Order: sequence, then C-alpha cells, then structure tokens
Amino acid sequence: MNKQFLIYRFFFTGLILLSAASVTWGHPAADPVLSMLSFNRLEQRIGEDDTETQWDVDAWLGKDLHKLWIKTEGSYSDGNRESSELELLYSRGVSPYWDIQTGWRGDFNNTDNRQWFALGLQGLAPYFFETEITLYLGQHGQTAVRLDTDYELLLTQKWVLRSAFEADIYGRNDRATKTGSGLSEIEAGLYLRYEIRREFAPYIGLSYERQFGDTAHYTRSSGQRTESLEYLMGIKFWF
Amino acid sequence: MKTISSFSHMTHQQGLSRRRFVQGAASAGALIGLGGTPLSFAAADTPIMKFPDTLQGQHFELHIGYQNVNFTGAQQIATAINGSVPGPILRWKEGDDISLRVHNHLHHDSSIHWHGMILPTGMDGVPGLSFAGIKPGEYFDYAFKVQQNGTYWYHSHSGFQEQTGLYGAIVIEPANPDPVAYDRDYVIQLSDWSDQAPEDIYIKLKKQADYYNYKQRTVVDVWKDIKEKGVSRSWAERRMWNEMRMNQRDISDVTGHAYTYLMNGNTPEQGWNGLFKRGERIRLRFINSAAMTIFDVRIPGLKMTVVAADGQNVEPFSVDEFRIGVAETYDVVISPSDDSAYCVFAQSIDRSGFCRGTLSPNPSWMAEIPKMDQAPLLSHRDMGMAMGGMHAMHAMPSMDHSKHNMSAMKANGDLSNPHAGHDMGKHSAHKVDVPAPAGMGSQREIKHPATEFGPQVDMRAESPMNGVDDPGIGLRDHQQRYGRRVLKYSDLRNLYKTEDRRDPKREIQLHLSGNMERYMWSMDGVPFADASPLKFKYGERLRIVLVNDSMMTHPIHLHGVWSELETGDPLHIPKKHTVLVQPGSKISYLVSADAVGRWAYHCHLLYHMPGMMREVLISEGGV
Repeated sequence: MNKQFLIYRFFFTGLILLSAASVTWGHPAADPVLSMLSFNRLEQRIGEDDTETQWDVDAWLGKDLHKLWIKTEGSYSDGNRESSELELLYSRGVSPYWDIQTGWRGDFNNTDNRQWFALGLQGLAPYFFETEITLYLGQHGQTAVRLDTDYELLLTQKWVLRSAFEADIYGRNDRATKTGSGLSEIEAGLYLRYEIRREFAPYIGLSYERQFGDTAHYTRSSGQRTESLEYLMGIKFWF
Repeated sequence: MKTISSFSHMTHQQGLSRRRFVQGAASAGALIGLGGTPLSFAAADTPIMKFPDTLQGQHFELHIGYQNVNFTGAQQIATAINGSVPGPILRWKEGDDISLRVHNHLHHDSSIHWHGMILPTGMDGVPGLSFAGIKPGEYFDYAFKVQQNGTYWYHSHSGFQEQTGLYGAIVIEPANPDPVAYDRDYVIQLSDWSDQAPEDIYIKLKKQADYYNYKQRTVVDVWKDIKEKGVSRSWAERRMWNEMRMNQRDISDVTGHAYTYLMNGNTPEQGWNGLFKRGERIRLRFINSAAMTIFDVRIPGLKMTVVAADGQNVEPFSVDEFRIGVAETYDVVISPSDDSAYCVFAQSIDRSGFCRGTLSPNPSWMAEIPKMDQAPLLSHRDMGMAMGGMHAMHAMPSMDHSKHNMSAMKANGDLSNPHAGHDMGKHSAHKVDVPAPAGMGSQREIKHPATEFGPQVDMRAESPMNGVDDPGIGLRDHQQRYGRRVLKYSDLRNLYKTEDRRDPKREIQLHLSGNMERYMWSMDGVPFADASPLKFKYGERLRIVLVNDSMMTHPIHLHGVWSELETGDPLHIPKKHTVLVQPGSKISYLVSADAVGRWAYHCHLLYHMPGMMREVLISEGGV
C-alpha cells in the first residue's frame, strides 16, 4: 500500500512537471518539444450498490513523431482504491495515422499487483475511430490483449456524443487477480459532453460492463455482480 | 462605451501624430490625440477613419516596438512599427536609392522583409539567410535601389511577429507615366488579429488540428443528406472521406473563432472608410497581410478592373470578385457613377468572418454589409483525384510503396528533382527529355519522391489538375449561383511583353506535403530543418512545378526572383511573388535565376512556414 502511494506520488509529480515544460523558441521550429496533459475522464459513477470515482488520464512529452506517454486509469470506491493501472510508453509515429507504443504497465489491485511489457498501436482508424490495440506480456508468462476504440458524433459544434468500447482478453487464468482466460471483460459507454471550450467539457453518460468466462466465475464466487449498468457524470479537460 | 488610454504607453520618440495611434475598442469609441489631450467620442454607428502614417522620401526611420492595442474589447500588446498596426505606408519612387534604419525595441530578435522587392540578398531581411536579424536594442540599415513599381508590403520574418502586427504597405510610384489612370488611390490592407499568442495557436494546432474549426459536420448534416439522397447514396458519398479520414470541411486551420479580421487595422464593427467623388476613378491597392487567412473580396454593386497583380501591371480585365491569398496583392480600379455608399467586403475563405470598409462620398455614410457566402466543401478534385473514384488515390502509404517504385522506374530522368534523382534517376539518365516550351506549363508526369512516403504525409495527389483555370474552392460556382465573374490566374496577362523569352532548360517538381492530423508541413515530405537548399545556377531559366499534395490552399512565396506564372500566353507571362496552389492541384511558373544569393522559398501561411520552406541558393556554380 505504501509502495503504491509512492508510485502515484511520483507519477503525479511527473505529470505536473510535464505540463509545466514550457515552450519557448526564438525562431519558430516546425517541430518543438511540447507536452500535453489530458483528463479524458474524471467521473463519479452511480451503480446499483455503490458509487465510485474513476479516472482516465494521460500525458505526453515530445515531438511530432516521438513522444513519451504516461497513461493511468483506475477507480476509487468509498475511499479505497479498487484498482488502477499505470503505463509508461515510448511512442513513435509509423504511418500518417498510427503510432507504435511500447513500454511498461503496472496494475495495482486490492489483490496482487502485476507488471507487464506493453506493445501497441494507437491512432485513428478509417471512419474516424480513435483506436488503441495493445498486447501485454506479464512477468510470469501471462499474456493479454486490450482493444479500446471510440467514436465521436457531433450533435452540434459543441455537443458531442462519444461512444466507447473496450475489451480485455487474457491468455490464461490468474486466480490472484481474478482474471480468467479468453474474453474476460467488455465495457461499452455513451458519453454526452458539452465543450464549454475545447479544453473543458462536463459530461454525463452511462456505462455497461460485463464479465465472461472464468473472470465471471471468480467474481460470482466472491458474491459480486458480473454485469452492471452505471450512470455517471464527470469532466474532461486538457492543457 | 469603451475607451483606450494607451497613449502613456506609446513607446516612441516621435511626437504623436493624430494618425499614428493604434485603434481599438471593438464596440465603439476610440481616442484621438489632439495635442496630447485625449478626446473620446462615442457614436457606435459612426465609422471612425484610422490610417497608419504615410511616410515618403528616400530615408526612413522605422521603430519596431510593443504597442497596446484593443481589437476585441480586451487590451493586448502588439508588435508594431512606429506605433501602429498596420505600420506606416511607405511611398517610394521607382529608381530612387532608399535607406531605412530599422530599430528593434523588442525583447526578441526582429527583422523586416520587403515582400516582392527585387533587391540584393543581404537586404532581403530573412534571419539566417540574408542576415543575422536585428538584436534587441540594435538597428539595421537597409539600403537598396528601387527597381520596380506598384503595390507591395513589408513584414517581420522573425518568429511569429507577423501575427502580432508587424506589417505595413509599400506603394511605389513608377518612373515612367503610370499606365493606370486614376484620380485617387487607397491601400486596403487585410489582416487577422488574435488575442491568443501565436505560439499558443501553433501549440493548439499541434495538439488538436481541428481546434479552431467550428463548422464541422454534425448529425444535422447527416440527416439532411439522408433526406435528400437516401441512406445508401449518402453512405456511399461519405465513404471516401471516412475511409481516408479526411475532413471535407477543413478549410482554414485558424478561423474567426480566434481571429478578428482587420481592414487597414479596422475591426468589422468599426469598418474602414474611404471617400470618393462621383465619376472619379479610384485605385484600390489590396494587400493580404494576414498570418493565416485567405480572403474573397468584392464590392457589391461595382465592377472591379484588375490592373496589377503582386505589384506588376496586367492587361486590365473586369471581375466581380477575387480571391487574395496570404501575401498576394491586387490593384483594382473602380469608378462609381453615383453618390452612394459601397461596401468593400473581404470574407475569409472558410466564411468564419470578414472585414469590411465603406467607400462613399460622405464620411458619415455606412454601406450595407452583405451576408457571407456558403462555406466551401472540399471535393474529390481537391484531393488530386481523377473525377469519380478513389482508386487513383494513395491515402495509405502501406499499400503503395511498391507502386511508387514502379512509377519511379518509368521516371524520365528528371535530374532536377534531387529525391527522384538519387534513387532512380541514374537508371534512366540517358533518356533526359527537354522541358515543354515556356508559357504553357509542364508536360511531365507527376512523380512522388520517396521522401513523401511516411507518417509525415497523409495525401498524395495522383491526378492533379492545373490550378491556373481554377478560381478556387468555394468560388467555382459563383458565376452560376450569383452571376459573379471571379478572377482566375488564367485571366492574368502581363501588360508588357515577356522579358526573358528563353525556354526553361530544366524543370523542378516540388510537392507541398503535410499531415493535417499531426499538423506537420513539409516540401517533398521533408521539413525545412532537414532539407538541403535547392540550387539554381545564376542566369539559368527554369520551370518550377508545384504539386499540392494536401487539401489546403497554399500561398507559395519565392524570394529574390519573380515567379512567372504560366497562364497560357508565352508572350505575356505575368510576374508574381506569391502563387496560390489549389488543393490537390499543380501549377507551374518560370524563374530567371538572375539574383545571386540565399533566398527563402516557403508557404506564406504562418504556421505552415516553419516546415514548408526551402532555401533557394542561386550561385555562379549553380547545380
């Protein structure tokens, strides 16, 4: 617990430093070193049993085709962190719309922590789907694949409806983290936001989650739900 | 009512002239200095006339400094020349030797480039190429002989200072009798002002390229399409855009969302005001000094006779409307036959805003402001596709490397293209063919250099049309829709005979490339920082073919020598310094490399320039 706290303190200090890295140049450089910090989601979720806070934050530092990324997402419930992830990635543009990203991912759970090597593709797929697909290799030979894609529909120039889909697939069972092999979990969400500015948008939404296979089995055996529909509200902002 | 109390901030030594102040207050009032006593007046409906100083003679003292301005209701600091935005109008006489001492009072390096002037390379004012720039607190003496006449302009070539107000007009009186008859003339300088710092704008574009675009497709448009065309046809029409991840409504990178458009430093609310007497011939000298905005100009109710383009006289022709790219100039003559107020209307190419003025016999009149036209939509043609299919289009580099190499095999030995040259040129060097004769444009096939394949380039035009006959996106249907005759480059014929009648000995094909999503710009896929200079041999006559491999309209400016645009008549080739290259199109011009030195060659959209730029090196040794 203490160690996790230290990691997060380190992480947030890093984020603040990244975003403070200012840009000054006398003669305009086409490709200056820039940084960006995005709170893609910072939200309160209301489920059938309880409420929880979730975040999805990332930051990058770098140039057009070479960047360092830090990504984290996770959730708190009643003051306890249920689960969180942290990724540190090097990102390189390889085609007009795609970057290859590779690096480290750490999972921090109330159960056991896990570390992974990550190799993924992030970019804009045809039909404007913002997509991430990542392969993970765990320290004990575990494998996982995650697909994350979303599509934004403009209702007006400022009202945006975002639909998001995420799926997690694992190579084998990991009883300690209660994940089963095969398709483990999907999450589909709808988020309606209003862009007060491009950089600041409150939103409301709903999210449907469902577990499958052994993951569902583990969850059921600990007496929890394997399927949930949650209502949420939050803010998205970046700078 | 707002007033500005900026006189205490006036930086400069010269006494306050009543014309030398930077106007502001979007809503209404402004101050006029009369013997130092500010006098404010309020009437929101009174157009307030404001001009920069007009300076004439042979020696000029220019002071670059900070200046409080207020164009939006918020006080901001501009980089101004002699305390005004735009800076003073400089009136020169052809044949004069002139000298200009330019003082830099900024905290940063600065410079002034005399746009379109034929002068020695050391006087061109481009830091890093012509000279070292002007350090803070120092001055630089420019001196050159004026060898031309007409309408030009000047601006900083340092940092993004152009965006913050560092520009002004140049009017050169001809040594011989002017072929254009007129009773009075006005400079009409168009520009774009933003309260956001230019560095911030650039960073925002890097983080989100469509940050300033508030005219994107919404569900309402989808619904309209489906109602009009049915589901399957609208799906099919959208398919290409969706598959290629291109935005049909991406017209301007920076829009009226960030910009207040100015006419001679007047906001749209204020309006510029010019007087005439009925029956007079009035020469309007339009200059586009915007950082990022291409304008479409018209004066409802009046025909405009175009008499000069980029300062050079052309055979007069009449239009109702013309597009003026960033850094271009057009001189038009109008002759109103009645006592009414006419609106000089300049709308941005994406219709996100406009600037305007009134021409009337009475300073208290204000002309009715027309509505802006529909915003342009991009089409297949603007991607450089043959009409009606996407098979010709290379949108995804992964699939077309092999095809590229095959087309390079067929290369007919274009030695002038260094990129094509080093990979494939050698194989076919024995088959060198002669470029097409002067005036008619290139016959060569379009070849995309290997450097254009990569993450930095999102599009390559496979079948680019010649942009010379194209009035440009959004204007193509104006004749049909509104009955307006719109200027095309093919209308331009030099008033005089072509001086250099030689045919070009070689041809350079240069591709304007970029990635919209990543906001990267380059030529031949190579940004300025990584490129070696283009080398011209002193005295040679060559042809440059620009191929626009993007969906933006790029104004390309070649310093030091003329861009002689091949508009169809070899005997009357018009000379330009800045050429608009339509999206997905090509255009060609001839160059007489008659000025030794290091010259800049770049897109004049300020935020494209850092990447989309080359050094042109003209030397005795040449290639």
